[in-house]
Amino acid sequence: MDFLISGEHINPVWLVLVGFLVGVMGGFFGVGGSFLAGPALFAFGVPMNFVVGTDLAHIVGKSIVATKKHRALGNVDMKLASIMVIPTIMGAELGAQLIQYLKRVAHVDFVVGIGFIVVLVSITVFMAWESWKTLQMHRASDDKQKAAGRAPKKLKAGKDDSAFSHFTKRIQRMKIHPMVSLPTAGIAAISVWVIVVIAFIGGFFSGFLGGGAGYIRMPAMVYLLGVPTHVAVGTDLFEIMISASYGTFTHALKGNVDILLALVMHTGAAIGAQIGAIGTEFFHGARIRLAFVPLPLIGAGIIVYGLVTGHHH
Amino acid sequence: MKKIQKYIRSILLELAVYTALVVVYFFAVLHFLGEWLKHLFDGNKLVYAIVALLLIIGQGVGLEMITTKLLRAVRSRSE
Repeated sequence: MDFLISGEHINPVWLVLVGFLVGVMGGFFGVGGSFLAGPALFAFGVPMNFVVGTDLAHIVGKSIVATKKHRALGNVDMKLASIMVIPTIMGAELGAQLIQYLKRVAHVDFVVGIGFIVVLVSITVFMAWESWKTLQMHRASDDKQKAAGRAPKKLKAGKDDSAFSHFTKRIQRMKIHPMVSLPTAGIAAISVWVIVVIAFIGGFFSGFLGGGAGYIRMPAMVYLLGVPTHVAVGTDLFEIMISASYGTFTHALKGNVDILLALVMHTGAAIGAQIGAIGTEFFHGARIRLAFVPLPLIGAGIIVYGLVTGHHH
Repeated sequence: MKKIQKYIRSILLELAVYTALVVVYFFAVLHFLGEWLKHLFDGNKLVYAIVALLLIIGQGVGLEMITTKLLRAVRSRSE
């Protein structure tokens, strides 16, 4: 199929399959899936500025589906999401402006590619360490229970805790006014400024690397704000829906969106998102995070392949 | 375990029906949009940006309704 706007010829079956995979991941992990969709588009030969804008557009359609599902499951903290909207949009605009600058000086593929790799590998290493530590913590507690002659406590789907919680509590104790309580997320008080900074950074990566930047925002909400994983997944998707809509509009104005590519990819993502969202009912938070670990690495691998072989052009 | 098996069976059935619907949508709608969108993209970026956003939101809402109804129908059949 010819995609006249980006000037590429791509088999739509591949696009639908990639869309389906990122849809399942989006619904399950609460991320836009740009760590896979972006590198995949790049590997199909799409120039990096179109990768960034088009990926954002396909995420708009997908996040509507997944957000509605998560809202029905009670996983969206609307108060937290509304505080994050403005700084997210400001960050997204700054990221999009940086792409424009890089387009002018002609280093966009290289800089965005390297940026992607650094971010994805860092997240993988950190999340692997944290979720492994959390599961180890559970094993140690089970051994204690067994030694005391009691049955070990099972990891329950829908429940959550983290080995990083001491750091989270320290952040929650910071008294930088104004403070806000987030009952849906079970947080008694936290500084609005912490939320604003996290939202701005998430928005920046969304505008700069494409996608909703859920791979940054979702872990940040869990580890820094102390939001339970299931609520972080749902709230992140709501945030992605808003920031990706803005990102699509601003990137389309700058000529970085091939909307036909996005529409084709989204047909696969729509069904995948439904399946992924239902899947969260069957797993414990730490297991969801551990399952997430290898995914950003796959995206990083595809980018390295594209940069090393020059296959994308 | 039974719950997961039932869940997988209903998803596979839903996927089969959805694939057929998507193939029809491809040939009936998306196939013909390419040239019109390219014309908009070259002519007026503001209109293109608005149309692009409306198209993806429209498709998102439309497909969400279809997949939800499909999932409900398939699940009620398999129960």
